Amino acid sequence: MGGLFSGVVARITLRATFGRKRALIFAIAPLLLILLTLLLKAARPPGAPWPARVLGDFGFSVVLPLTALIIGTSVLGAEIDDGSIVHLLATPVRRSTVIVTKFCVGAALTAAFVAVPELIAGVIAEGSADKLAIGLFVGALAGSVIYNAVFVMLSVLTTRAIAVGLLYVLIWEAVLGNFVSGARLLSVEQYSLGVANSIASDAALRAGLNLTTAVVMGVIVTGAALVYATRRLSGFSLKGDAV
Amino acid sequence: MSTAIELRNVSRWYGNVVAVNDITMTIGPGVTGLLGPNGAGKSTLLHLIAGFLAPSRGELTIGGTAAWRNPEIYRTVGLVPERDSVYAFLTGEEFVLATAKLHKLADPRAATRRSIAIVDMEQAQDRRISTYSKGMRQRIKVAAALVHDPQVLLLDEPFNGMDPRQRLHMIDLLAKLGAEGRTILLSSHILEEVEQLAGTIQVIVAGRLAASGDFRAIRRLMTSRPHVFLVRTSDDRLLGAALIGSPAVTGVELTRGGLQVRASDYGTFSREIAGIARGQGIRLRELLPEDESLESVFAYLVES
Repeated sequence: MGGLFSGVVARITLRATFGRKRALIFAIAPLLLILLTLLLKAARPPGAPWPARVLGDFGFSVVLPLTALIIGTSVLGAEIDDGSIVHLLATPVRRSTVIVTKFCVGAALTAAFVAVPELIAGVIAEGSADKLAIGLFVGALAGSVIYNAVFVMLSVLTTRAIAVGLLYVLIWEAVLGNFVSGARLLSVEQYSLGVANSIASDAALRAGLNLTTAVVMGVIVTGAALVYATRRLSGFSLKGDAV
Repeated sequence: MSTAIELRNVSRWYGNVVAVNDITMTIGPGVTGLLGPNGAGKSTLLHLIAGFLAPSRGELTIGGTAAWRNPEIYRTVGLVPERDSVYAFLTGEEFVLATAKLHKLADPRAATRRSIAIVDMEQAQDRRISTYSKGMRQRIKVAAALVHDPQVLLLDEPFNGMDPRQRLHMIDLLAKLGAEGRTILLSSHILEEVEQLAGTIQVIVAGRLAASGDFRAIRRLMTSRPHVFLVRTSDDRLLGAALIGSPAVTGVELTRGGLQVRASDYGTFSREIAGIARGQGIRLRELLPEDESLESVFAYLVES
């Protein structure tokens, strides 16, 4: 793993990500999640198992994918957009090292900005670190990893990674994933919920996949995304005069 | 190890647009200037050579190794891209040091100090690159490109944004690196600098290689264009009248600066003029070629 991870690339990526104004956006959704939890806890709505619904629905269909989208497309996409990536690529560093390092940074940041708030919100909602809180935390961790692999890959494929990512999250996952059972197999949200539910065992999470399917698909999607991203980065081109 | 850049029948197209058209050339040690009007294909060619674009056809190697999809090439190649983008949040020193570490140099800090000193950026190295002027950014990019002591240096418009003092410094630096036997290829619109610096030029026009070699030698080969000379003598009018009788001369014109002569045959004119002047009892004070500058050669090539 040592050869696949570069401390230099990681440090530059972290500084680049936090140096941009969009870094402030990372914090908004998770803060909203915690605020919402506090408000609902205070209001104590009767009947409906609101922690799983809110932290599962809102957390896993909005906070997790959108935060991962902003982070995952920033860690590499921003450098590709402004051209500064050339300085990194004009060195002997392996393209797989660049991809894996940036993916690791993105996944870690997403975990910090989503998985940890999910855990905090879960503890607030349930009053303790029970299986729901732990399940949400682990599910969000899995989602952080898989989403970042997909969004890092997208940022190598297209300059419109955020738009394509939004289409995926809002159309594929939010709409199709709820109505077409086959679409769940290609839904990172469902992988995350499947992992969360394997610990939380809460029907209110409405997880559509079991743990085995979620883990297998998550591993396949992550691996395939990183391999393809590496291939594409190896063929990174600078446009010349004619285009 | 050879550091020659070899292109054999290299073409690059984007759909129906041919950006580089069947170019064959060899670029060896020393400084070579890559010239051409806007949209000629210079940047495309430089990106092909730098391994940041795949040729649609043909072969391109540096030191015998293909540049495309080969990050190892950057152990011997340094690139100074044209785009201004650089990690603006880093200080100059951090940027060069990061590059040195990515090259896995044995002593990255020493290499960084040396490289920053070469481009005379010690005073500003602790400032963020976002505070640098354009010329300073260029210099720190050059420092990063030099940190691993490459044998091949590719520079895309390196004089952009530099003031005259910085340009002179850069010319001296590149001349020194070229004299050390490194292969330096620079593309530039600033002909005066290329004229001073490059022993060889490669002129690209509309994606094709229009001319290659020493620009004075190229000018001599342009036999379809009369050579223009300015001659100052003790009697310009009399010499003009005498010269027009020579088959090597296609026209004369009396100007304020002297006698402007158009000669279709450079060699014959050069041999004859002294004898013709002596025969008329005229003293020759000055004989200057007016269109042997790189600018003139370049203009002729682009027009044709």
